[in-house]
Amino acid sequence: MPTGAGVTRVLELVGITKRFGSTLANDNVSLHLERGEVIALLGENGAGKTTLMSILFGHYTADAGEVRVEGQALPRGKSRAAIQAGVGMVHQHFALAANLSVLENVVCGTEPLFRLRSSRATARARLLDLAARFGLPVDPDVRVATLSVGERQRVEILKALYNEARILILDEPTAVLTTQQAEQLFATLREMAEKGLSIIFISHKLQEVMSASDRVVVLRGGRVVAERTTKDTTKEELAELMVGRAVERPERPPARTGAIRLEAANLQVRGTGAAPLKGVSFCLHAGETLGIIGVSGNGQTTLAEVVSGLYPPDEGDLKIDGTPLLRHTVPDAIAAGIGRIPEDRHAEGILGDMATWENVVLERLWSPDFSRHGIVRRGAARQATRRILDDYDVRGARVDGRVRLLSGGNMQKLILGRVLEAGPAILVAAQPSRGLDEGAIAGVHRRLIEARDRGAAVLLISEDLDEVIALSDRICAIAGGRLSPAIPAERADARLLGLMMAGDWGAAGAIAEEAGTADAL
Amino acid sequence: MRFERREHASATLTILAPIGAIFAALVVAGVLIAIAGANAFEAYGLILRGAFGSRLGITETLTRATPLILTGLAAAVAFRARLWNIGGEGQFYIGALAITAFGVLPGFSNAPVPVAILACLIVGALAGALVLLVPVALKLRFGVDEVVTTLLLNFIAILFVSMMIEGPLKDPLAFGWPQSVPVPDAALLPQLIERSRLHAGLIIALALAVAIWWIQARTVFGMRSRATGLNARAAAFAGVPLGRTLTVVACLSGGLAGLAGAIEVMGVKGYVTTDLSPNYGYSGIVIAMLANLNPIGVIGAALFSAVMFVGADSMSRALGIPSFIADVTVALSLLTMLVALFLTQFRVRR
Amino acid sequence: MTVIFEILSSAGMWEAVLRIATPLILGTLGVLLCERVGVLNLGVEGIMTFGAMIGWLTVYSGGDLWAGLAAAAGCGAVFGLLHAAMTVPLGLSQHVTGLGITLFASSVSYYIFRLAIPTATSPPTIEPFRPLPVPILSDIPFIGPVLFNQTAPTYLALALVAILAWVLYRTPLGLAVRMTGENPHAAEAQGIDPIRLRIVTIMVGSALMGVAGAFLTLAAFNSFFPTMIQGRGWICIALVVFALWRPGRALLGALLFAFFDAFQLRLQTVVDGVPYQIFLMLPYLLSILALVVMARRARVPQALMQPYRRGER
Repeated sequence: MPTGAGVTRVLELVGITKRFGSTLANDNVSLHLERGEVIALLGENGAGKTTLMSILFGHYTADAGEVRVEGQALPRGKSRAAIQAGVGMVHQHFALAANLSVLENVVCGTEPLFRLRSSRATARARLLDLAARFGLPVDPDVRVATLSVGERQRVEILKALYNEARILILDEPTAVLTTQQAEQLFATLREMAEKGLSIIFISHKLQEVMSASDRVVVLRGGRVVAERTTKDTTKEELAELMVGRAVERPERPPARTGAIRLEAANLQVRGTGAAPLKGVSFCLHAGETLGIIGVSGNGQTTLAEVVSGLYPPDEGDLKIDGTPLLRHTVPDAIAAGIGRIPEDRHAEGILGDMATWENVVLERLWSPDFSRHGIVRRGAARQATRRILDDYDVRGARVDGRVRLLSGGNMQKLILGRVLEAGPAILVAAQPSRGLDEGAIAGVHRRLIEARDRGAAVLLISEDLDEVIALSDRICAIAGGRLSPAIPAERADARLLGLMMAGDWGAAGAIAEEAGTADAL
Repeated sequence: MRFERREHASATLTILAPIGAIFAALVVAGVLIAIAGANAFEAYGLILRGAFGSRLGITETLTRATPLILTGLAAAVAFRARLWNIGGEGQFYIGALAITAFGVLPGFSNAPVPVAILACLIVGALAGALVLLVPVALKLRFGVDEVVTTLLLNFIAILFVSMMIEGPLKDPLAFGWPQSVPVPDAALLPQLIERSRLHAGLIIALALAVAIWWIQARTVFGMRSRATGLNARAAAFAGVPLGRTLTVVACLSGGLAGLAGAIEVMGVKGYVTTDLSPNYGYSGIVIAMLANLNPIGVIGAALFSAVMFVGADSMSRALGIPSFIADVTVALSLLTMLVALFLTQFRVRR
Repeated sequence: MTVIFEILSSAGMWEAVLRIATPLILGTLGVLLCERVGVLNLGVEGIMTFGAMIGWLTVYSGGDLWAGLAAAAGCGAVFGLLHAAMTVPLGLSQHVTGLGITLFASSVSYYIFRLAIPTATSPPTIEPFRPLPVPILSDIPFIGPVLFNQTAPTYLALALVAILAWVLYRTPLGLAVRMTGENPHAAEAQGIDPIRLRIVTIMVGSALMGVAGAFLTLAAFNSFFPTMIQGRGWICIALVVFALWRPGRALLGALLFAFFDAFQLRLQTVVDGVPYQIFLMLPYLLSILALVVMARRARVPQALMQPYRRGER
C-alpha cells in the first residue's frame, strides 16, 4: 500500500499497543498521514493521544505495532531515529532549557557531539532564514527564560524545522494561547502544510479541530473510534464520538445573589517567583459564581494563592463580610470560611504517600475537632474521612490507605469533600476540572453549583472557557496581572473572551457598563 | 531494562529490604576479606562470637549501640522532614563538650544526683540543637543548602572541641594530654550491669526511640513534619508552617545528637577527647536509612552496626584483617539498602 | 602590619597558593561537571580519599608517578560509575547515595591501606612530583617561581580549567551536557540520551576528583594517612556554588580559598595568643560564607537533583 511513485503517504502507524501496568493506554491503534495534510487527533484527557505520539516519537516503546515513515519502519524507542526520519515534535510542556539561549536550544543535538567547535555562525544564519521563511520571528541570542509562552512555542516549532522535519506533531498547541494567538498559529500551520509539511495536532477542543484540520481521528479509551473528513462532520458528532455519549451539562438555576462576601481591594503582588498582580479589585457576593479566565501565567495562580492564604499581598487587602483579613495564613483563611481547591491536585492538593484520613484533616489540624493538646484525634479524623468517602462517592479509597493510588477524579472528589464538608462561605476553585474525564467533570460541576446554591460565594479560576461559561454568573479575564471588567455570563462567547484574555477590554467594558456588573469600588 | 512503579508496596518486601541489603553488603565485604587472604565465613563467625560470645561482648555491643541509637534517631527525625542533617558528628561533640563545661560551674558538685544528671542531659541536648539551628537558619533565611553547611560545621565543631580541651577546659591532671576536665561524679550515669561499661544511657535511648515513634505517629507536630518531608508544597497549601516545623525538627534532631554525645561522656568516658566518637554521627545516617527512617527500626539497625564494630575488633585481632572492614560493611549496607528500597517501589521489566 | 606585608610579598607564599589550590581546582571541576549534567556528587570527599590512597599505593609499590595519577583517575571513574548507576537510571536520592559513596570509598581506602601497610608507626613516604621549572619563564623574578616553578599536575589542573571551559561553552558535547543539566526532557527530544550522557559525565567528573586526591599524596605531601582529605571535598561542593557553575570562576574561587589558607598558615607562625584551631576553622567558615553570599545569586542548573526517568514527568 505505501508504495508507488512520489509516495504521498508520509506516515503510518500500524497496530500500536501500549500498556502501563494494568491500564491499556493504546489498543491496536492505526492511522496514516498524507503529504501536505493537517490531521487532528481528537480525544479526551486520558484517551491515549499523548502516549501514541510519544511512541511515534520514540519516547516510549510500544508493546506491539509499528511506525513507518515514508514506508520505512522506525526502530523502536529511538527518538534520534524519528528526528532523522523527519519527524518533529512540539511538546505541550515545552522541551526547552530556560537558562540557555534560543540558538543553543535549537542547535543542541543537531551536530555530531564530538567536534572541537560548534559552528554557531552557520547555525544562526540558518535559523534566521527559517524564521523568515515560515514567518516565525525570534532573536537567537536571548535566554529562553525571558520569552513569552507564544515565543517559546515558536522556538519549539523552529527546532523541529531546523531538524528538517517534514512531519510536525503538536501536542495541545493552543493550551497556553489566547483565541487570537491560536488563530495565528493555525494560519501559520496551514501555510506550512501548503509548503509540503504534514501536520498532526492533538486537541480536545472541538472548535479548533473543525476550523484547522483536513481530517479528524477520534481516540477514546486508547482506541481509534472514528475517522472523519473534517468538512463532512459536525461539532456535535465529534463531541459525541469523543465522549462516547451525549454530553449533558448540569442544570444551573439562576443565581440568588446576596450580600458581598469577599471583597478584594487593589491587591498587588510584586512576586519574584509568582506572576505579579498589579492592583486587582473585585467583589464576590453570596450565592454567585465569579469566573476568572486567562492564559496561564497572567496572575491567576497568584490571585488564587493570595485568597487561599498562602502569602500576603504586598499591598491591598481582602475583606470578608466587610472585615479585613488581618493575617494572611492558611489557618486564618480557613477560619474565615474560605474553602480552597488547589490548581495542582498532585503537587498541592494531596500528599500521595500519606493516608486518606491524614489528607482530609491536615489542613484543619489546628481545629479542636481534630486535635487536643497537640495530639491528633485519630478517631474523629477517621470518622470524618469515612463520612466524606461515602457522601462524595470517593471510589477505591480506604481510610488508612495511601491516596497516591486514587484516580484524578476520585482525588478531586476527596478534595471537594474535605473542603465542602467544612461548609465554607467562600470557595476558591482553581482549575477544578483540569485533567479529569467528562464524567468526573460533571460531578465536580454539580458540586460547585450546589455550593453556590447553598449560598457560598464561588471564585472559579479556570482556563477552560466552556467551564467558565457553564458555571459562572459573571466573568472576568485576568491579563498581565490586571482584572478586566466583569461581564454577565450570558453575554460571553469565545470571541469576546479571547479579546478579554488578550487584554483588550473595550467591548467587555461597554457590556459591563450596560449590564451594571462592572464592580466599580 | 526498564523500571515500573509498583502500585502496591508489599509489606513482605518492605520487611525483607533491610535484611537483603545487609546480606548483600556482607557478601561484598566477604569478597574484600577473601582478597585479604582470610576465610570470610570464619571472619563473620569471629565477628559474631566477638559481639555475642561472652558477657563482655554482649555488654560492649549494647554499650556501643547506645550512642548509635541516638544518632540514628537524630538522622531519622531530620530526614523524615527532609532536613538533611549530616552534622550529627559535630552536634555529638558539642553536646559532649557542653556538659563538661557545665560541670565546671560552681555548686554543681553539690547537686543531688538526679538533678545533676537531668541538667546535664538537657544541656547536652540544647547544645546539639543549637549547632543545628545555625544551618537551618541559613537555609530558611538565605536558602543555603544545609547538606554542605552541616558537613562543614562538623569540622568546625571538632576544631572547637580541640581548642577548648587544649585551652580553658583542659584537664590539668591529664599529664599534658589534650582531654577535657572530667564531668563531676554526680552527673555520671549509673551502671546497668556490674563489672561492665553498660550504663543507663541505653534505657534512655530505647525510651527515646519509642517516644519519637509516638511523636511522629500521633502528634500534630509529627504529622506536619512528615507532610513537610513528603511534599513541602502540599504541606504549605494545607497550612503547615514550614519554617516553624523545620526549626522544631532541627531542635529535636540536633538535640538527639547532642544527647548522644552527652550520654557517651556521662556513661562511658567521663571526659571529652577529639577521638570520643568513632564516626557515630555519620554512622547514624546509615542506621537511619537502614531503618527506613522508622524510629523503632533504628534500634535494630544500631544493633547491627554495633555488632559489626565490636565484633570486627576482636576478629581483627585474631585474623589480622583490618577492623575497618566493619566501616566498609556498614557503609556498603547504606548503598545496598538504597537499592533494596528502590526494588520495593519499582519492578524491573525487560 | 609589617608582618602581613612580609607574608604577602614573599614568593613562597604565592607559590604555595597555587599548590594548595591545585586539588581544589581539580575537585571543583569534577563536582562542577557532575552538577552541570544535573547530578550532585557528595561522593567527592570519599573519592578524593580513595584517589589519595590508590595514587600513593601505586607509587609505593613501584609504579610511576603518572601511573599513580592514572590509577586515581581510573578508580575515581569507577566510583563515579557506582554513583551514576544508582542516581541516574535508578533515580535514587543523590544526597544519600553520595554520602554512601563517601563513607564506602573512604572506609575501603583505610582498609586497603591497612592491608598494604599493616603496622607502621609513621606513614611510609614516596618520592613525590618535583617542581618542573618552565625554561626562561621561571627566571622572571617573583612571577617566575610563583607561576612557572610548579609541579606537572598543577599545570595540568590549570590547563583543564581552559579545556573544560572550552568544551562546555564551545562544543556540541558541552552544549548537550548543559542542556541535560537544565532539562533532560529537552535533551532527549533532540535525540540526546540523557541517561548515558549523565553516566559518562559523572565518571569523568569523578575521575577528576580521584586525581585531586592523588595530588595530595603525590605532590603536596609524600605519604597517605587517614582523614587527610579534611573536608576538602565538601569545600569543593561549596566552591562550585561560589563559582556559579562556571569553570573560570571555579579557578578564581579555588585560588581565593587557597590564598586564605596559605595566608593563615603563615600568620599562625607569627601571631601569638590566638589558638591555632581558629586559623584551621577559617577555610570552613569561609566556605559557609561563600554559600550564604552566593545562595541568592546562583543560577542553579535547573535539573540538578531531579532524577530523569524516561516516560515520567
